[in-house]
Amino acid sequence: MKKKQVLVACGAGIATSTIVNDAVQQLCKEHNIECEIIQIKITEVGSYVDTADLLISTTIVQQEYPFPVINARAFLTGIGLDEVKKEILEALKN
Amino acid sequence: MIDLHFDESLIFCDLKAKDQEEVLKVMGNHLYEKNFVKESFIDAIIEREKTFPTGLPTSSNISVAIPHTDSVHVNKKAISLAILKDAVEFGIMGEQEAKTPVKIVFLLAIDKQNSHLKILQKLISIFQNEDVIKFLTTEKNKTLIKTKIIECLDLKEMN
Repeated sequence: MKKKQVLVACGAGIATSTIVNDAVQQLCKEHNIECEIIQIKITEVGSYVDTADLLISTTIVQQEYPFPVINARAFLTGIGLDEVKKEILEALKN
Repeated sequence: MIDLHFDESLIFCDLKAKDQEEVLKVMGNHLYEKNFVKESFIDAIIEREKTFPTGLPTSSNISVAIPHTDSVHVNKKAISLAILKDAVEFGIMGEQEAKTPVKIVFLLAIDKQNSHLKILQKLISIFQNEDVIKFLTTEKNKTLIKTKIIECLDLKEMN
């Protein structure tokens, strides 16, 4: 099976995406999911439209993309974290 | 230990500000005067906060914000903390319109490096720790606040 490509994005690509990047890596490891995680600025998503399987973002995503988009604020606040983890795992299973 | 500057002079207690922009101006200007950031940092964080808000509601019902911007505006990595006298509204991260009344602001002057992961993770664990959040909103002694933050973030003691 082809490795899934997961984009982790925030506004500047330096702070919150770093946190989420690490958390998603951990999550995938725990569930034995192999994927390629790429940390980017939200403005860079366009370059990955053809290859990405999932976008996890701490910032608002205004465009439509051909892959699911998950809001990652829960990784920062802890509020609703289990649900978001479940959502990510679901998206990576298919 | 993490190489990031933080000391008492970067803490504001009971900061009075009418809105988000004033908070960012005061904090940003202070970092600029101390040469941690370039002058352009101030406008950059104000603008970025408009496009990519950083307000975060916490489980303590006290909201925090973590404004930050591109590293081109940063001279030397530092973090500044303000506890606001009265909460001011910040946009909620990842939301289009929703706002939250923010009481605690951590202004980050950082660059893109993996070394930040630890500090950011520790920062997040502060947001999820109701005791620390309560402490920050009630304590007025900057030395005690500094000690607490240094302990929570595992920073180097600075003088």
